[in-house]
Amino acid sequence: MYTQTVMDHFKNPRNVGVIEGADGVGEVGNPVCGDMMTFYIKVKDNVIEDVKFQTFGCGAAIAVSSMVSEMARGKTIEQASQITNKQVADALEGLPKQKLHCSNLGADALHKAIEDYKMKKEGKAYKPTPKKCYCPFCDVENPNEAEFCTGCGKELPEEHEHEH
Amino acid sequence: MAIIYADHVAAMPIHPKVYEAMVPYFKEFYGNASSIHEDGEKAREALEEARGKVARLIGAQAEDIIFTSCGTESNNLALKGVALAHQAKGKEIIISGIEHFSIMHCANALEKAGFHVTRLPVDSHGLVDPGAVERAITPQTILVSVMHSNPEVGTIEPIAEIGKITRAKKVLFHTDAVDSVGNIPVEVNELNADLLSLAGSTFYGPKGAAALYLRKGIKIQPLLDGGIQERGLRAGTENVPAIVGMGVAAELAVEEIPKRMSYLQGLSGRLTEGLPKKIPHVRFLGHPTRRLPGNVSVAVEYIEGEAMLLFMDMEGVRISSGSACISRSLKVSHVMLAMGVDAATAQGSLLFSFGMQNKPEDADRILEVLPPIVERLRNMSPVYRKAMAKKA
Repeated sequence: MYTQTVMDHFKNPRNVGVIEGADGVGEVGNPVCGDMMTFYIKVKDNVIEDVKFQTFGCGAAIAVSSMVSEMARGKTIEQASQITNKQVADALEGLPKQKLHCSNLGADALHKAIEDYKMKKEGKAYKPTPKKCYCPFCDVENPNEAEFCTGCGKELPEEHEHEH
Repeated sequence: MAIIYADHVAAMPIHPKVYEAMVPYFKEFYGNASSIHEDGEKAREALEEARGKVARLIGAQAEDIIFTSCGTESNNLALKGVALAHQAKGKEIIISGIEHFSIMHCANALEKAGFHVTRLPVDSHGLVDPGAVERAITPQTILVSVMHSNPEVGTIEPIAEIGKITRAKKVLFHTDAVDSVGNIPVEVNELNADLLSLAGSTFYGPKGAAALYLRKGIKIQPLLDGGIQERGLRAGTENVPAIVGMGVAAELAVEEIPKRMSYLQGLSGRLTEGLPKKIPHVRFLGHPTRRLPGNVSVAVEYIEGEAMLLFMDMEGVRISSGSACISRSLKVSHVMLAMGVDAATAQGSLLFSFGMQNKPEDADRILEVLPPIVERLRNMSPVYRKAMAKKA
């Protein structure tokens, strides 16, 4: 079902853990949806010096988190903000179709941690971004209240939104 | 690495005697049971012998058995067959909320075609209340269908009590007994069942052979139009080797059910006793005593099932889970939601189902390999971290 790279990251996930006093924290999903990820970043001179994550979820969700953490480490804030879901899935040599939404979650969690870092730097309180929802079947972003996917027309699972 | 197969609700090996009995019907006796020459006659005899054996397993008459290809087909034939043949009397059907997809989706299809479906709730153990069946029956009700046992959580339903009610109210009663027949005693007259689904692949028979019991005198509409096989109720050339295999499996089950039950109860008891001692925060699912033998259904809290299952697979242990991440629909098991298990907990469900080739050491091995997997996943779970912080 999974590629060797996915299995490798699932079996030996990189950067698992928590950074106490992190510069930015991003949390997406919830266990009801199936997956939940928390990313922590430590930033020095605009560079992501350290990154850690915790994930509740399936094999793909764990592998995605691990890959995102590897991709983000050592990057500037601008570079890391540009990591896309597709890049993550590609780096993992592909994910099964019904698991593509996990890769969205990974990049989203990282971007949220970056946003949190920026907010903190500006001295603002953290404000979550509006909810996003991806179709688990074709990966297209949908309005939150959508019952059917605007991309493939399939019925969306009731509990599919991944950011609350 | 030794493989421990503990996923018998998904599939099971066939009994060696079943295999032996099937082989000649692939090689020498390949005739079509509808042919009138000697080869056809041989196939027909084998078919009728198997029919008698399957009937004996459930206390039925041979002529009340219709062979089908799988449990799903039997369930479809029961629901749609009754609905289409009896719609002049009424269009109401009652099912439970924890039925197999082949009942649930069948009922959904009938609903779209204009039938009215009542879905009965279950309690936290997954039990249907017979009183609720009685209250749901109206003069327009044509069929009640409640499963005999639920493989996902192991609960055995009060089918005889429900059968008494449907008989008194003169409403047809079907039970999907696919996971019960051959594993625990099932007797159609004791249950007052009018229709009953069973499948050979759930009692050490081959895949591809199943049956629907249809009490004499009850009309159903066939789903397949074609020849007059199975009294015209199920057209299509019979799968003779598989049906012969199911017959032998039924014969073996008649003899071995008591022995199998106590052996499998021993295995599941061993695991059930060990799990909470080795792993904190596990919740047993289903009824504590009215259970399928060899079936252990648990929710390991704060982590997800697929991840556990993959790690167990790497250790050579084959099991299943009701997690949404495993199902192609990405939905948490409807059975657990109906029982009031919250979606997050259901995500961490694991199902162990033992069979006769399992050994007590297999339960011990599971108790050895699972705890470190759980610990590892909990250590990376933000849900666990939050829950522990709350408790501290």
